[in-house]
Amino acid sequence: MTSVYAKPVQELIDELGRLPGVGPKSAQRIAFHLLKVEKGDALRLATAIIEAKDRVTFCQRCFNIAEGGMCALCADDRRDPTILCVVEEPRDIVAVEKTQEYQGRYHVLQGAISPIDGVGPEQLRIRELLARIDGESVQEVILCTNPNLEGEATAMYLSRLLRGLVPKVTRIASGLPVGGDLEYADELTLGRALEGRREVDG
Amino acid sequence: MGLYRDEGIVLRTHKLGEADRIVSILTRGHGKVRAVAKGVRKTKSRFGARLEPPTHLQLQFYEGRGDLQIVDQAETIDHFRAIREDLDRLTRAVSMLEAADQLGLEGEPNPSLYSMLLGALRALADHCGPLVLPSFFLKVLALEGFRAVVDQCVECGQTEALVAFDLDSGGTRCEAHRSGIAVSPEARELLVDILGGRLGQALNTPPSSATIEVEHLATRSMEHHLERRLRSVAILDRG
Repeated sequence: MTSVYAKPVQELIDELGRLPGVGPKSAQRIAFHLLKVEKGDALRLATAIIEAKDRVTFCQRCFNIAEGGMCALCADDRRDPTILCVVEEPRDIVAVEKTQEYQGRYHVLQGAISPIDGVGPEQLRIRELLARIDGESVQEVILCTNPNLEGEATAMYLSRLLRGLVPKVTRIASGLPVGGDLEYADELTLGRALEGRREVDG
Repeated sequence: MGLYRDEGIVLRTHKLGEADRIVSILTRGHGKVRAVAKGVRKTKSRFGARLEPPTHLQLQFYEGRGDLQIVDQAETIDHFRAIREDLDRLTRAVSMLEAADQLGLEGEPNPSLYSMLLGALRALADHCGPLVLPSFFLKVLALEGFRAVVDQCVECGQTEALVAFDLDSGGTRCEAHRSGIAVSPEARELLVDILGGRLGQALNTPPSSATIEVEHLATRSMEHHLERRLRSVAILDRG
């Protein structure tokens, strides 16, 4: 069946449809919206995409997304270079940064070990992590991967690997989300929350 | 039909959209069920850790349109914490789940496969014996109708000097008819124990070169039957 749309329109719809979470119908709607708006507006989007693709690379040290060779967090001298927070994805850095509780450096693995999907340690930035630990006199590594099957497997694998190489390897705590209800907490989370309880000094 | 209840074991999950997951669950009464768990990736989800593999739980599904169901409620029966917090056991458990995921069929109840998986997970949670995984593989294959012949030569029926295991003919072979993988006498003893009713004893066997042999053999048999590699087996070397 030949397309009812002119070729450039069909191409635009196809490309938009490849974006995550955009189905064929939404792709069509966005395409028509782009065709309707002023040329300047549409071109701004095009330029933004080109700029981002051209200028943004992975940080050569921590594999966060960066402009130029080093990301803003690695380039910042005020941050503590002796603590390293290991995360799965750059967007996890954003989440940790928002807490304003952490002043050390990061390392992005760009994924997690997932046995069932065939993703092993060699597909992650683990070799680079080991090189950094050797070169940057790191005193503590915080394993900040997701508390799901893949993230836990990664954390356990790394803790084994790093034992003896770093003075201190820690794992972020599991517990109850603030604002949640105890009654709805699952047994594993609640169990860990109890285990990690601390003395109150209010 | 609307709502229905069953108990099940979480086999694997796939991310779906922003905060949802598709969860594959092996249930006792409904075979393998694929269901959407809405909002499960949010920290405040009421499902929490319940829908992570290999949790054993009591579930209520909402029948969706098409082949995807919706998880309505979930209550943990056992979360197998000992497995989750030990990398060796976790990788073995994931291999079992992967095999069960391949063998389970949607809408085809298979209570024996279900109880075997549950039993194997419980055994693994109890102690990390090297033969839990191979025993599960061999027993499940027997259940599927591919019981390995381990007490005689598949060619001539001779019971002495069985030196090889052949995947194609599904059993051991004697010196004269040898083909396939070489088997040591100790490993063959373990195979006989596993398939011949002394499973409890086999599960308590300490690690040795024979258990490694059995593990390798059972994995190859399972892969031979499934006609695909088990991805989770190759990922982490079991040191």
